[in-house]
Amino acid sequence: STLAFIETSPEGKVLQSSLSALNAANQLGNPISALVVGSNANAASEELRNKIKCGNLNKIIVAKNAAYDNFLPEMLTPLCTELLRSDQYSHFIVSSSSVGKNVLPRIGALLDYQPICDITKIVDANTFVRPIYAGNALATVKCPQDKKLISIRSSSFPSIEEGANEAEIVDAPLMESSSLGTQWEGASLVKNERPDLGSATRIVSGGRGLKNKETFERLVTPLADSLHAAIGATRAAVDAGFCDNSLQIGQTGKVVAPDLYIAIGISGAIQHLAGMKDSKTIVAINNDPEAPIFQVADFGLVGDLNEIVPELTQKITK
Amino acid sequence: MSKQLRILVPVKRVIDYAIKPRINKAGTGVEKAGVKFSMNPFDDIAVEEAVRIKEKHKNLVEKIHAVSIGPAKAQDILRTALAKGADTCTLVDAKEAELEPLAVAKILKKVVEKQNANLVILGKQSIDDDCNNTGQMLAGLLKWPQATNAAKVVIDEANLRATVTREIDGGEETISAPLPMVITTDLRLNSPRYATLPNLMKAKKKPMEKLTLSDFSDVDTAPRLEVVKVEEPPARSAGIKVASVDELIAKLKDAKAI
Repeated sequence: STLAFIETSPEGKVLQSSLSALNAANQLGNPISALVVGSNANAASEELRNKIKCGNLNKIIVAKNAAYDNFLPEMLTPLCTELLRSDQYSHFIVSSSSVGKNVLPRIGALLDYQPICDITKIVDANTFVRPIYAGNALATVKCPQDKKLISIRSSSFPSIEEGANEAEIVDAPLMESSSLGTQWEGASLVKNERPDLGSATRIVSGGRGLKNKETFERLVTPLADSLHAAIGATRAAVDAGFCDNSLQIGQTGKVVAPDLYIAIGISGAIQHLAGMKDSKTIVAINNDPEAPIFQVADFGLVGDLNEIVPELTQKITK
Repeated sequence: MSKQLRILVPVKRVIDYAIKPRINKAGTGVEKAGVKFSMNPFDDIAVEEAVRIKEKHKNLVEKIHAVSIGPAKAQDILRTALAKGADTCTLVDAKEAELEPLAVAKILKKVVEKQNANLVILGKQSIDDDCNNTGQMLAGLLKWPQATNAAKVVIDEANLRATVTREIDGGEETISAPLPMVITTDLRLNSPRYATLPNLMKAKKKPMEKLTLSDFSDVDTAPRLEVVKVEEPPARSAGIKVASVDELIAKLKDAKAI
């Protein structure tokens, strides 16, 4: 069967990326056990049972323990390895979120398995596709190991359907608590009312062509508002201080695949294209007709951003 | 205070980040002949961070040791690491073998033990296989704390702890842990210095230990995964250029994108 690690918000709400992970787990066809952890694990387990349609989900394992609240890998690894030692599990699935990426390799090393990371497609229960070289190549990888430890790229797997299921809720084994002395000191999360970049259906993204922070905010923000879109940016725009680095899209930032991606003042470096080229419809607005972004854009518009973007915003709002 | 910090910096030789890799004819990997190779950019940031820690804590850091596991030519990037401020280095010549992160982590564990290192700083991922595995695996095998995706590292000399600000989805978080530990670097931790020509000349005199995989015969380096094929992603064909905002809106409506 498959063990799926479910990530939640501090309030215990199941994250979008974990709903994608459940969908991937469902594609494997095995019975699924879902693991929820932390102080609000009970709320998460209720949500999993009452809001998700997944016939394969037959068990929800609850580790209600504040020690797991911040997903420290030093804490999570002993619990996950203990569960995965059981012969019943042939697959372990996490989303390749910052939590998943942090903990999965540590678990793999301690169980002596090489994980298959950031997969974008399940070919069969032993074979997976994953991007390499910043998405410039796709590797089809077969895993002969008796357990397959997998992280999934959530933009490649839609969320699991809403509904309900009959999963049994059980308690996780109690583990001895040791964080190896690691202390969680706090977080600073960028709060906004916009859709989350990783799961947004529309994204308006800005690049160096916007010249400065003021222009970025004056042009990108209203257009995103008019479309109810998330805001993204290139590495160049982030490095130049136009916006927060949590907005970075690309090989080293977020990988997104919205229905609509509007690239404003973005030239289209390969590292940025790696992060957005799977978007369904791409619009590029740039004053340089030779910019490589036009090679991947469905609709390109060449001209002065300061004129085009406000006009577009105004006409969409109407 | 006596010098008690021994930093290990693993570095990997990869196809230069500015080069667009091409799939080889057999469809088994990417073309490597006649292509420029460089140090993995995240490892370059790791070298820089180690050197900055040494510059800041002169009386704490005993030495910085760089290590690379790869072909004989990986000694080029080790020389670069030495020129930037590493003191000594080890080349583990793996010939043409492409080791998986698990095998690399097992070898690095041996190197950590041999060098008696108590802080490992390495890139969060290499830009070839994009696995983002090795640091976490090494920390697990050593049973050390880990701090991945570091955006800021502060060493507390008195208590031998590190406080690390990490880039996470939606923002940053800060953790602290006692040394020894493993730290992996993210993009904005620092801007690496250039290796100057005089320093590259001096680096030739710094010691390089040369080992091969047979020196790690007790480590299982056999691949666990089988690469069935490597192919180009489906090409995205260029669309059309529109002449006006009105035309763009009409096209987007036709495509049901708005």
